Amino acid sequence: MTRRLENRYEPVIGLEVHCQLQTRSKAFSPDSAAFGGEPNTHVDPISLGHPGTLPVLNRQMVAYTLRMGLATHCRIAPRSVMARKHYFYPDLPKGYQISQFDQPICTDGFVEIMLEPEGDGEPVVKRIGITRIHMEEDAGKSLHDQDPYHTLLDYNRCGVPLIEIVSEPDLRSAREAYLYVQKIRQIVRYLGICDGNMEEGSLRCDANVSVRPRGQQAFGTKTEIKNMNSFRNVERAIEFEIARQIALLEAGEAVVQETRLWDANRMETRPMRSKEEAHDYRYFPDPDLVDIVVTEAELDEIRAALPEMPEQRRRRYMEDYGLPAYDAGVLTEERGVADYFEAALSALFKRTGGGDTRAQAKAVSNVVMTDVLRVLNERGLDAEALPVDPERLAGLVFLRLEDQISSTGAQDLFAAMLEDDRAPEVIARDRNLLQVSDAGALGPVVDQVLAGNPKQVQQYLEGKESVIGYFIGQVMRSFEGSPDPRLVRRLLQEKLEAARS
Amino acid sequence: MAVSIEDVRYIAALARLRFTEAEEQRLAEQMSTMLEYVGQLQTLDTTGVPPMSHVLDLVNVMREDVVQTRISREEALRNAPDADEAYFRVPRVIE
Repeated sequence: MTRRLENRYEPVIGLEVHCQLQTRSKAFSPDSAAFGGEPNTHVDPISLGHPGTLPVLNRQMVAYTLRMGLATHCRIAPRSVMARKHYFYPDLPKGYQISQFDQPICTDGFVEIMLEPEGDGEPVVKRIGITRIHMEEDAGKSLHDQDPYHTLLDYNRCGVPLIEIVSEPDLRSAREAYLYVQKIRQIVRYLGICDGNMEEGSLRCDANVSVRPRGQQAFGTKTEIKNMNSFRNVERAIEFEIARQIALLEAGEAVVQETRLWDANRMETRPMRSKEEAHDYRYFPDPDLVDIVVTEAELDEIRAALPEMPEQRRRRYMEDYGLPAYDAGVLTEERGVADYFEAALSALFKRTGGGDTRAQAKAVSNVVMTDVLRVLNERGLDAEALPVDPERLAGLVFLRLEDQISSTGAQDLFAAMLEDDRAPEVIARDRNLLQVSDAGALGPVVDQVLAGNPKQVQQYLEGKESVIGYFIGQVMRSFEGSPDPRLVRRLLQEKLEAARS
Repeated sequence: MAVSIEDVRYIAALARLRFTEAEEQRLAEQMSTMLEYVGQLQTLDTTGVPPMSHVLDLVNVMREDVVQTRISREEALRNAPDADEAYFRVPRVIE
């Protein structure tokens, strides 16, 4: 499809994101909400929907949902209602899902995403509206490929608490949708309410996609895309669907309102095969669960306990530490990394006792953004599990700032510290990484090298000054340890210039 | 009649139930009678009365987030119409 053709249409996208809350027990029953486990070992008469059982709401589920509502600037309903949503599917043994319908707990919020700039410009902030956030329970897991005649069911996931975050149709490209889901993931991880793992299904996303001719007010017919189980696939699936809808309209055909599944292997969306019946969920207030009333005092308490969010942190890093926007963005992406950076920085401040705090912040930022993040990614670790703790990292940066180690020396030292838990100064000395800055120690070696290479000295004196590189190499090689090459160069120049006269 | 035969069939289909024509007829009549009886409430003026979700005068009935294992897998599977040693088994559902 040509770029020109795509530009004549405007995609309109809204997302529904489901997040599994990291409570210990389930939404309405005391069985474990932990991921995985042997099939049907995290079950309870309530989550299995046995007659005569009474669900009781998990207090932590409400607290976590309120955290999310406040972090996304939602209005919190003073009173909200749990409702039954009826449909028959074996992964839901009760025949209904406990959810919220017309009185959800959070409404009218927003998040801000940073659009990549076109060219060299500054990133553009775009506000994406959140229609509502409501609480509900997850369904069990169906296995269709284990037995040719049956579907097998594992109810471990059944009743695990979820929040569903419904966005306004404010997204205008597959890229924006991707950035939005990333932002939701970042927020729930900062809040510590969901691990945000799309591959394991603790964060799931469905998209409503339509296109309309640019300039038209009315929305086009939308399709709902399901089964996008990675961030990359969210972007790809929506991109595919936009192109498919534009092609249909260009061919004079209509988009059919339907649910489509993303097939990551074939890289396409296709209609769900199951018989499309008109859904009639017959929502009504669940008589087993009374209303939830949230007071201002409770909200104040939750608000006060909210962590500093990535946006605030990013701004603080730029204003207080003078870090570039790029550094501030990378460092605050994950809460654990930002915490690590700040711990290392305050340990460094303690050592230096002040001075140029901006230079120190940039020095810590450089090591965190390169060595630390590389190792975390390679080893799939969280920052707090890194063998180099923030105090030791501060020690390394201190050596570098004092010019006691070279920049390559710092890298070698970091690598060594991953395997050796002693203080960085000790390791640096052991491994000869400390730069010899004492001209006295280098002097004899420089003399020796010059005496041993009279021909090259002659060349230098005749004007071929580039041979100094050869001498530097010789000195570095003959000297035990890692002398500062700038010092070696200076000493060589002094001796050679002295030889002219 | 407030409830037609079509209504009965639709509601029955949602509930995965099937009735004979005579039963459908009888159900339509009974359900109509019930709706008409409850319909008397429509004559009341409810201006300014907030919708009620529960008859109980209770809010915020919650439990602490504590895990408790109350039944084993064997017990869970024992009541199932069909199961193997690990899973509940149902007629094949095509996705």
